[in-house]
Amino acid sequence: MTIKLVEEKALMGQDRRRAERRLDFGHAWDYAPAPEGTDHVRLASRYDLFIDGRFEPPGAGRYFETINPATEARLAEVADADERDVDRAVAAARRAYDQVWARMAPLERGKYIYRIARVIQERARELAVVESLDGGKPIKESRDFDVPTAAAHFFYYAGWADKLRYAFPGHAVRPLGVAGQVIPWNFPLLMAAWKIAPALACGNTVVLKPAETTPLTALLLAEIIQEADLPPGVVNIITGAGKTGAALVGHPGVDKVAFTGSTAVGKHIQRALAGTGKRMTMELGGKAANIVFADAPIDQAVEGVISGIFFNQGHVCCAGSRLLLEEGVHDTFVRKLRDRMATLRVGDPLDKNTDVGAINSKMQLEKIRELVASGEEEGAERFSAPCELPERGYFFAPTIFTGVAQSHRIAREEIFGPVLSVLTFRTDAEAVEKANNTFYGLSAGVWSNKGARLFKMASQLEAGVVWGNTYNKFDPSSPFGGYKESGFGREGGRQGLAAYLVVE
Amino acid sequence: MTQRRQVGSDRRRPAAELEPSEQLGVAGPARLGVKKTWKLFLGGAFVRSESGRYLVTADGNDNYPHASRKDARDAVKAAQGALSGWAGRSGYNRGQILYRLAEVMEGRREELMESLERGGASAARSEVDAAIDRAVSHAGWCDKLQSLLASSNPVAGPHFGFSIPEPIGVVAIAAPDRPTLLGLVGSICPVIVSGNVAVVVVSESDPRTTLVFAECLATSDMPGGVVNLLTGPRQELLTPLAKHMAVRALDLWNVAGELAVSLERDAADNVKRVSRREADESAWFDAERGAALTGIERFVETKTVWHPMGA
Repeated sequence: MTIKLVEEKALMGQDRRRAERRLDFGHAWDYAPAPEGTDHVRLASRYDLFIDGRFEPPGAGRYFETINPATEARLAEVADADERDVDRAVAAARRAYDQVWARMAPLERGKYIYRIARVIQERARELAVVESLDGGKPIKESRDFDVPTAAAHFFYYAGWADKLRYAFPGHAVRPLGVAGQVIPWNFPLLMAAWKIAPALACGNTVVLKPAETTPLTALLLAEIIQEADLPPGVVNIITGAGKTGAALVGHPGVDKVAFTGSTAVGKHIQRALAGTGKRMTMELGGKAANIVFADAPIDQAVEGVISGIFFNQGHVCCAGSRLLLEEGVHDTFVRKLRDRMATLRVGDPLDKNTDVGAINSKMQLEKIRELVASGEEEGAERFSAPCELPERGYFFAPTIFTGVAQSHRIAREEIFGPVLSVLTFRTDAEAVEKANNTFYGLSAGVWSNKGARLFKMASQLEAGVVWGNTYNKFDPSSPFGGYKESGFGREGGRQGLAAYLVVE
Repeated sequence: MTQRRQVGSDRRRPAAELEPSEQLGVAGPARLGVKKTWKLFLGGAFVRSESGRYLVTADGNDNYPHASRKDARDAVKAAQGALSGWAGRSGYNRGQILYRLAEVMEGRREELMESLERGGASAARSEVDAAIDRAVSHAGWCDKLQSLLASSNPVAGPHFGFSIPEPIGVVAIAAPDRPTLLGLVGSICPVIVSGNVAVVVVSESDPRTTLVFAECLATSDMPGGVVNLLTGPRQELLTPLAKHMAVRALDLWNVAGELAVSLERDAADNVKRVSRREADESAWFDAERGAALTGIERFVETKTVWHPMGA
């Protein structure tokens, strides 16, 4: 292994005048493949609907395939639920609500949820592998983030079941009834946990529909729920595409709708449910600003910006997709970003060294390509990490755009991919103005070593979550959710209980 | 229902009785009463409807503005302008202003009671008293709600995390028709205590009382634009507010049927938070429920902030 010190001419701004000294590691960053084993995972060739505690075939007998986006290989086929299946699932949830779950002693309810948390922990390795197989995310993320955080969510809300009267002092609380929950493909198991755990703790029963490209871990969760001996019908999991989801949220037997997904679909649901009196929570899209001041800890900020946009291939509603750099630090920061991007390992999601895995679906890859093309057409300067992409599967190299204007599509629209738009600002007020200049309001990041500035910014940003000198941190005890068109209602913490209770 | 008239027509009842002067054989009254021109309350100012339209109260005694869509938009603009100032005040300061409002209402008790079109003096008295007390009760919430709605989050990692309530922004309120004054005060206070600003479509059947209340707002220390009052047909005014992209939430009292469906549908255009409740007249007199924290919690956002701890 040789490490050379080389002189390289930097391309940008003030750096143009002086040659840049940097280390050239040659092939020193190349890692030998370190694939996670899959032999302990046994997927069925076909999965039915989980209704009333049993796996049942769909009434119409239709199934669809779910594939591995990293190889395009078929993993299994899953049931395509139609309106009658939705009807059966809602009826099962209603029976379980009326006869068992809402009447159960709260501590007993909590104990069932604790059991789910424990079995998730036991089957963590299997769940992590299946999550990476079905969704394309790096195994290090599904193993170290998705699965443990899902277990933590169940564990956290299990403990609330017998403490609800302390959550809203002075008020009697009661469950809402049957919750219809529709979740996205970016964090399949974790989103299922975010939805199911608080609903059950509050005494509701649920019908959950996972996304059509990532149904498998939700179906494993159905097995876990069987294993935990949950009374039949308390949790029902039905698979299908948008039509199934529409039938679920529109079902008259559903008292509460919880949706996580795009703002466009969220608006559609809100419109469709107008006047029905159904309770709703919406966790929708985002276009978060990650704001870096010149007085920030620059190297930590580079790491934070990298994980802020490339975590989970950028398939994150709260991804820091707009980088706002204080003008004076722009050139240095962009150079460091490019250097860091060059070291990202893109490829096999099951490789333990992989930083950026596969794009979730062909459709999503096309959407990313389309928006990236618009960025180039509108005049922004593109830099993509110099990495080799696998020949098969859906991959996209980590990409940043500099010279982005606020009017560009890549600065306004949610790309939901590993693409970062870089803008600049001169004053705090300009940073706030640009950061808030979006219909979204889910999250934001602020990087500065000056505490007073950081808290002032945090208070002025219209965002449900503000990360100061960090990014993409999540915890079951920490409320998450958006301002403006990023949705309403919160998930996590005491605040997350309000979404599943009638507070008298 | 009020009867709409053409501008310029003159069916107005004389402001003072004519008999005394007639007895004296002098043309005109002994003293001509000075009638009040009822106006909208927008941005802290009393203005006529930009449309020039007006309506007549049920008793035929007064004209009042028939607000237009443009007035509704102007009201939103006034509210937007007041938002950062109002939200930026300390809870203590907002509490003082709400208490000042109660003081001013107390001083205008007689006028408020006279204007209320209710069955008898004692009913009017109890409503005015309850409305003043509702304002006092909410004055006390301003610097306490955050203590109760905020949290320090025990996250499993080396981070300090907390969540605090913040105002949503411009909230459009459809105040209940009855009780006019108590419903108005009782719907506005829970919205503004946390720093929101309000555009209110007031009682259609008793617009005069709401405009007396506007004079209370104007002479308290309430900054202009925090509360904006529109008189006119509910449906006509609520629709542009439900569609308005700068309105972030709807607070609908006793709105049902087709109107509820269409407002909620329009609200989806910018993912408005919609609170729709039914309450009969007597329910508003429940002082404890009327000032409950849950009513305030409906109109706050939760902001969560994270920061690393340690080296």
